[in-house]
Order: sequence, then structure tokens, then C-alpha cells
Amino acid sequence: MAEFLQLVFSGLTVGAVYALVALGFTLIYNASDVINFAQGDFVMIGGMGTVFLAAAGIALPLAALMAIVGAVIVGLLLHRLAIEPARGASPVALIMITIGASIFIKGIAQVVFDKQFHSLPAFSGDTPIQVGGATILPQSLWVMGVALGLFVALYLFLEKTLLGKALLATAANRLAARLVGVNVTIILALAFGVSAAIGAIAGVVVTPITLTRYDVGTMFALKGFAAAMVGGMGNPLGAVVGGLLIGLLEAFGAGYISSTYKDAVAFVVILLVLFFLPRGLFGGRSVERV
Amino acid sequence: MLTVENLNSAYGRIAVLHDVNLEVKAGEIVALVGSNGAGKTTLLRTLSGVQPAASGRILFEGKPIERMEAHARVALGISQSPEGRQVFGPLSVEDNLRLGAFRRRSPDKNTLAHVYDMFPVLAEKRRISAMSLSGGQQQMLAIGRALMAAPKLLLLDEPSLGLAPLLIDQILGAVVKLKAEGITVLLVEQNASAALAIADRGYVLETGHVVLEGKGSDLLEDPKVRAAYLGV
Ligand SMILES: Nc1ncnc2c1ncn2[C@@H]1O[C@H](COP(=O)(O)OP(=O)(O)OP(=O)(O)O)[C@@H](O)[C@H]1O
Ligand SMILES: [Mg+2]
Repeated sequence: MAEFLQLVFSGLTVGAVYALVALGFTLIYNASDVINFAQGDFVMIGGMGTVFLAAAGIALPLAALMAIVGAVIVGLLLHRLAIEPARGASPVALIMITIGASIFIKGIAQVVFDKQFHSLPAFSGDTPIQVGGATILPQSLWVMGVALGLFVALYLFLEKTLLGKALLATAANRLAARLVGVNVTIILALAFGVSAAIGAIAGVVVTPITLTRYDVGTMFALKGFAAAMVGGMGNPLGAVVGGLLIGLLEAFGAGYISSTYKDAVAFVVILLVLFFLPRGLFGGRSVERV
Repeated sequence: MLTVENLNSAYGRIAVLHDVNLEVKAGEIVALVGSNGAGKTTLLRTLSGVQPAASGRILFEGKPIERMEAHARVALGISQSPEGRQVFGPLSVEDNLRLGAFRRRSPDKNTLAHVYDMFPVLAEKRRISAMSLSGGQQQMLAIGRALMAAPKLLLLDEPSLGLAPLLIDQILGAVVKLKAEGITVLLVEQNASAALAIADRGYVLETGHVVLEGKGSDLLEDPKVRAAYLGV
């Protein structure tokens, strides 16, 4: 029982991060039909940026804030320089562009940062908290709390503000959105900016647990993508459930089978979902299959 | 209010509008009729700015707007209910309407109440998603959404398409009411007799050229119009 609980805790912790990455996918996909494979690199920028700014003597909260702002700038540049000029290109071409952008970002990160693994001090110390025979790190609570907070904020933004509705409207019918006076370019930039911020915040809170390096984005993008597909691409609630599910499956796979296969879990899940439930658990908008 | 001078528009290399000249005066209903593929929708799209003008001028209240972005034209007071309704399917009826007022600094509650007054069925269905409405209800929603922008000039593209005769009467009746409220209307219709009957003036568009213009009642009597568009 204690072992089970332990696996649940660790599964929910990484799952929360996957959920945040999946939310980033969801937001951009909703606004623009683009599946942004550079989403994981925002996580890396958040973590690595904070590490290096903190090492330069900047207080941790300020360093984190600056790293998040940096990721937002990268997100806006990605939209402005890579996505916007290719407006009207096919979904496959746009996916290729984001994969190219991701490789480019990693290349720059190797130079600006370095090729080593880095960590950050845990925000509230390292003393584990005892829960029902298992233990949970305070940093795990940070990860889950921040993920929950971001999810609620995003939900309120999309459901309760006219700007959020305009984003959903742009996804539903871009022509009609333009006809009611929505500046679609700004909406898309907003989606990229907010997704970058969500990814970077996830990177800041998870780095004390998982470490970070210039290329961790690839893994986060794949897991987040799997989570978004499981939940149904385009569905924010689905993204969260998908993320937690993949995190839990991974933890159980590692705990009960072998940690060698941990990373394979996400891929098996993607394949199963694509095969049996192409629209995901929550029936998101159908993704053009490539 | 609206003056179109020598307007040309094309999809890629296929020219669709050829030197179109047209005028809509404040307070008028102007009907634009023409057969399939004449370029009526293209003209409205160009007026709204979702389709670029290749050359020519569009003057709105004396100001050239042909280079202006679509959202800025909505802010100036031109809104459109597009062909095929184009409602925001997954969003609720009321959200569709509220988005119609997206460009307004202070969208007043009265406009929403007014739209619900005009189309009571929308008030009944305010919470359900737009895609679950019937065709006629979606048409009312598209018109209501365009009205939420509080336009000076309302562009309507085939509001009667695919509707039962009773509904057509209701929609065109609403257009006449809008005119009485001071909204200027440019109405595109394939249903030429119905459109010309309520219009002050009309234009006939054929393969991208304006071939006839005149008072609505005169066009209704015109032998060429009767033969080509009224089937008599
Ligand atoms: N997106 C497009 N790309 C290329 N050609 C187009 C496009 N839309 C319309 N056309 C062509 O432009 C011409 C004018 O079309 P348009 O839709 O403006 O006509 P219309 O008068 O509105 O016709 P209808 O009464 O059928 O709605 C047609 O020959 C049509 O095939
Ligand atoms: Mg048309």
C-alpha cells in the first residue's frame, strides 16, 4: 500500500508537468490548428534560464520571472518569424516548422547555456512529508499546486472573458472571427505567448525534482503531446487528465515492471489511443492524421 | 455612405470583380442580385476586408478603407452576416452574440436585448451551442451577431438561402425594420424578387460586372431582369 501511494505521488508530480505541457499544446492548437513541438523547449528555457540567472547572482524569484518572460519572448518570436509567414500552409508543414524551431532553440541553448545537467534548490526545503506510510516532497506539492492554479486560471480566461472567447472563436471559424472584428494575428500571438509562459512556469517548478538540460524539451514535448492526444487534442480538461494519466502509468510502469521501460509507456499509450480512440478520451476536435 | 470605385478583386490569378462601381446612401436598402458565381460574395468579402482589393477604391463616409484591416473596418461601423452563416459552432448562442460586439468599447446590454426582441428564439436558446441550431436559427444568429457591432452599414449575404418561405418573410421583414431604425443595408440575394421588393435601389452583377442599376421597383419591372432572375 505504501509503495502504491508512493508511486501515485511521483506519478501525479510528473503528470502535473505533462499536463501543463499538454495545456500549452491545447491552447496553440485551439487558436491556430498548429501542433507546436517546440512546446517542451519552453519548459527547458524556464528551468535553464532560472538556473543561469540565479547563478549570476539574481534572487531566485526574480530569476524565475525573467526566465518566464524570456520564454514568452521566444514564443512570440516563434509565432512572428516562423508561423505567421507560413500562414495558410498545410498542418503538416506547420508541424515541420515547429520541429525545426525546436531543433534551432536547442542549438542556441547549447551555446547560451551549456551541455550539463543543472538543478535548482527546492522552494520549501527537502524534508519529505509523511502521508499514509509514503512520503512526498514539498516541491511535489509546489508542482501540483502551480499546475492546478494555472489550469484554473486558463479555464477562467477561456470561459469567462471575451478575449478568451475570441480565442475559441478564432479556432472555431477564423473567417467569422475576422468578420466580428477579432484581430486574428494578435490572438495567435497571445496563444503562443501564454503557452510559452505556462511551459516555462512548469520548467521552473519541476527543475528541483527532475534536473534540466538544453535538450530536455524533446522528452517533455513527446509526453505532453501524448497527454494532449489521450485527452483529445484541443480539450483543456482532457489535457490535464491525459497528463496525469501518463504520469501515473509511467510511475507504475517503472515501479512494478522496470524503469527501463518508463519512457516507452507514453509511446505505447499514443499508439493505443491513435488506434482505438483517435479523438481521445474527451473527444477533442479531430486531428488531421499525418 | 459607401462608394465603390473601379473595384477589382481576384483569387490568385483569377479575376472575379471587374471595375465595379456602386453606391449605398445612408438609410437605404440596396439589393445586389446576380446569378451563381457572379461575384456577389467576393464583393462583400472585399468590402469587409477579408479579401484584398486588387485595385480601385472603397470610400466609407468619405474615407478610403480599401487598405484597412478587417477588424478596423468593423470598428468603423461595417459589419457582415456572411454567406453560409459561419456561426461559432462550439460556442453558445449568447457567446456568439457577445463576440459580435467584440470591437465595441462599451457593449451595452440594450443591443443584446434588442437582438433577442427581434429574434425571440435566440433568447430561448441562448445557452445552447450554435451548431445545434436549425439553419433558420443560425441565420438569425448570424444577423444578430452582425447587429451586435451596432453597425452603420450592414452587409447581408444571402440571408434567405435554404430557408422555408415563412422564415424568408421573417428575415426580410427584420431587414425592413432595421432600415426603419436607421441602419443602412447592402443585401445580396439570389432570390431577386424578394430582395428588390424591399430595396430602395438595386444593382445587377454578372460575371463580375455591374450590368444594370436602378430603383428596386424599376428593376423588378425590367424585362431583362425578369427573364434572367425572376424566371418570367
Ligand atoms: N476561394 C476562392 N478561390 C477561388 N475562386 C473562388 C473562390 N471563391 C469564389 N471563387 C470564384 O469566384 C467567382 C465568384 O464567386 P462568388 O462566391 O463571389 O459568387 P457569388 O455571386 O457569391 O455566387 P453565389 O450566388 O453562388 O453565392 C466564382 O467563379 C467562384 O468560382
Ligand atoms: Mg455568394
